[in-house]
Amino acid sequence: MASVILETKGLTKLYGGLAANTDVDFELPRGRITALIGPNGAGKSTFVGMVTGRIPATRGQVIFEGRDISALPAHARIALGMAYTFQITSIFPGLDVAENVALAARRTTDAAHLDAKVRDTLARVGLNGRGNALAGDLSYGHQRLLEIAMGLAQDPRLFILDEPTQGLAESEVAGFIDLVRGLAGEATILLIEHNMDVVMQLADHIVVLDQGQVLASGAPEAIRADRAVQSAYLGTADA
Amino acid sequence: MTDRLRTDLLHLGVIAALVVLFLTLPTYYAGNLSRIMVLAIYAIGYNLLFGYTGLLSLGHAMFFAAGMYGYGLTAQLAGVPALPAFALGILAGAALGLVVGALALRTAGVAFMIVTLMFAQAAYLTILHFGTYTRGDEGFVVPSEARIVFGIDLSGETERFAAALILFALVLLATGRLVRSRLGRTLVAIRENEERTRMLGYDATRLKLIAITLSGALSGLAGAAYALLFGYVGASFAAVPYSIFPLLWVLLGGAGTTIGPLIGVFFMFYLIDTASGITLAYLLIVGVALVLLTLFAPQGIAGLIKRRLPWLP
Amino acid sequence: MEFGPHLLLAVLEGLVTASILSLTAMGLSLVFGVMRVVNVAHGEAFMLGAVLAWWVTGLVAGHPAVGFVLAALTAPLIVGALAAASDRLVLKRLNYDPDRTIVATIGLLYIAQQTTLMTFGPDARPVEPPFNQRIALPWLERTEEGWTWFYPWGLSITSYKLFVIAAAAAILVAIWLVITRTRAGLLMRATQQDSETAQAFGIPVGTVYSVVFGIGAALAALGAVLVVPIQQAHYLMGGEPLLLSFIVVIIGGLGSLPGTVIAALLIGLSDGIISVFFSPTLAKIIATLLVAMVLVFRPQGLLGKAQT
Repeated sequence: MASVILETKGLTKLYGGLAANTDVDFELPRGRITALIGPNGAGKSTFVGMVTGRIPATRGQVIFEGRDISALPAHARIALGMAYTFQITSIFPGLDVAENVALAARRTTDAAHLDAKVRDTLARVGLNGRGNALAGDLSYGHQRLLEIAMGLAQDPRLFILDEPTQGLAESEVAGFIDLVRGLAGEATILLIEHNMDVVMQLADHIVVLDQGQVLASGAPEAIRADRAVQSAYLGTADA
Repeated sequence: MTDRLRTDLLHLGVIAALVVLFLTLPTYYAGNLSRIMVLAIYAIGYNLLFGYTGLLSLGHAMFFAAGMYGYGLTAQLAGVPALPAFALGILAGAALGLVVGALALRTAGVAFMIVTLMFAQAAYLTILHFGTYTRGDEGFVVPSEARIVFGIDLSGETERFAAALILFALVLLATGRLVRSRLGRTLVAIRENEERTRMLGYDATRLKLIAITLSGALSGLAGAAYALLFGYVGASFAAVPYSIFPLLWVLLGGAGTTIGPLIGVFFMFYLIDTASGITLAYLLIVGVALVLLTLFAPQGIAGLIKRRLPWLP
Repeated sequence: MEFGPHLLLAVLEGLVTASILSLTAMGLSLVFGVMRVVNVAHGEAFMLGAVLAWWVTGLVAGHPAVGFVLAALTAPLIVGALAAASDRLVLKRLNYDPDRTIVATIGLLYIAQQTTLMTFGPDARPVEPPFNQRIALPWLERTEEGWTWFYPWGLSITSYKLFVIAAAAAILVAIWLVITRTRAGLLMRATQQDSETAQAFGIPVGTVYSVVFGIGAALAALGAVLVVPIQQAHYLMGGEPLLLSFIVVIIGGLGSLPGTVIAALLIGLSDGIISVFFSPTLAKIIATLLVAMVLVFRPQGLLGKAQT
């Protein structure tokens, strides 16, 4: 298998005359945890939006597992083995927790194994026993966990997490880090994250986006040492 | 007891109750009961789209009419026998659902409501325009030979009730299964959060198109059954009130529940029946009911029961 | 009659339709523009206006103009007040949720229509126009002596119809002035832009909504008062203006005042012209389908980019 699971070529998004992303050439190594970082407004969410097909690209290509998926609608890309968790929690608040996960799993799991799959997935994120609760009644932190469970339940080969720790408590963040570590090897992970602690603890590889363009990419140590990155991002990250 | 077993038992119980009602009630009520069951099929069809998929159509009369005229006109003009004509009625409802869906589903929300309203209005006007064949508002009586199925004349009270009951039972049991199936649950997911459903890898547009086609087929079935069992076809069934009624029935009975439509039709039927004995302006009841329901009981009767019994399908 | 004079007649009749329509549609557009809700009971405001006009003119003896003026003053006021009250009693409690508002206004439609049936009865009733001189219209024709004016048989219009056109135009100009030049108009526009911010700046959004809902209905009623001397009052007359107003508002872009007027002219004229040459049913089928297609393929026509 190729060592690159996802590739973009010249991916560009223009809003009116404004460029959110300009000619992003990007390669995502398979089986590793890659963090996509950059200051607010750097175009991170727009970029993954174009990868998943949620946001139509102005031009450029998205290649997933060697196949050009630029013309596919979002649901078809997801069906190829991507999963996406929303930056702003997007669950089914009117349905129970188990059904939320079952909806995510049902596409890839047959009926006989569905219940077990749902139970396992909920246990993995620490929501065991909450299956019958209404998703809308969960606390914010638990809703974020449910969102991640819905990603996991799809058994994705590429798992895109958009700011998953936003709004989580310290203890919940620690749990999240363990969870993602446990996934390593199973799926390739693309993590958009503001919390540099989380990034430094998890990422094997970091890509820095600034003003809609790739500013730098490399191992965490290299990125930490990169001066351009420091001035563009790290300097402002704690501000 | 599993939810599926409970659901089937509940539905069989409802069907048994209808049989008991028929056997114990005087003939006048039995005739009403047949009408209620046929209209309940229409309401179930509407509920599939509105209650389960979350799409509010204001033009369902066109599907009911498609079934009614699909059956009635082929029987009347081409002399097609009852069963094939009936099947054509269902097909007409489904086909119209597919076409209208393919167009209207490009819109959402308020625009979807208005587009369906407009298509239904165009359908109604079309029926009037071809008055030579459809007899317009006046309508026509279905030829009696087109009301005989397997040698049984469905214009008799008992035969009519039996036919309505069989159709209703089939539709109710099938919907019970459907809403618990993968398709049904995904439709509910679309109702709850379409964007998320899409981002779980489901083709929401295609599923909505399936829902509107099924809804059109069921509404067409109801329209064809109405003409078959009561022997009359008329443009008033394509007019605006017949698009509003199913919305009202489903809201009253409980949107997104399998037995809600029947409950809604039952209550509204007797409410209107009583009111029309008192005043010519019986539609006033419809207006008051709509306003009160949206204000005070948006979940309807079955919705209120469902709070106590969450397993209710 | 030949084609030319026939067309002129169609255009004039179309202008009358367009005048009434622009008033009615303006009401619907205003309500959608400011409140973002669709009022399905709008046609019933029109109907109530017509029925009230019949009732008011029946109360006063003497010259028909007296009753007419009285009706033009009172009918829109009463209908507006009824609408504002239903906004308070119903729509406000639904938090103007778009779907539930549609269902509730369908309920209001039946309540208005059926109450009228119970009180006013099922018959259509005429209102006498304040004045109604027939004005013959000239037409040019080429004869052996060159171009000459003559009066073709049947080519005429009444003074009242001309008055309707002029009155509608005057009312539209007045609305335009109110919205662009007065404080009330400013409050409306602020609420339309962003109701939350407007609220934060101390604009009584609830009151603005009730007033706008009332004005929307009053405009429909005013259109109806103008039309009853031409078309009789009937409890079912609300359906057609509702549908045509929808069409106008969708084509013109919701909430856009000039767009609404242009679309009303377009629809009024084409409805008049098509129905003179074709069967009116066919004209309506075509118009309805066309508008549905506009909504399907150009939904921005409905939800407009003007709202940003």
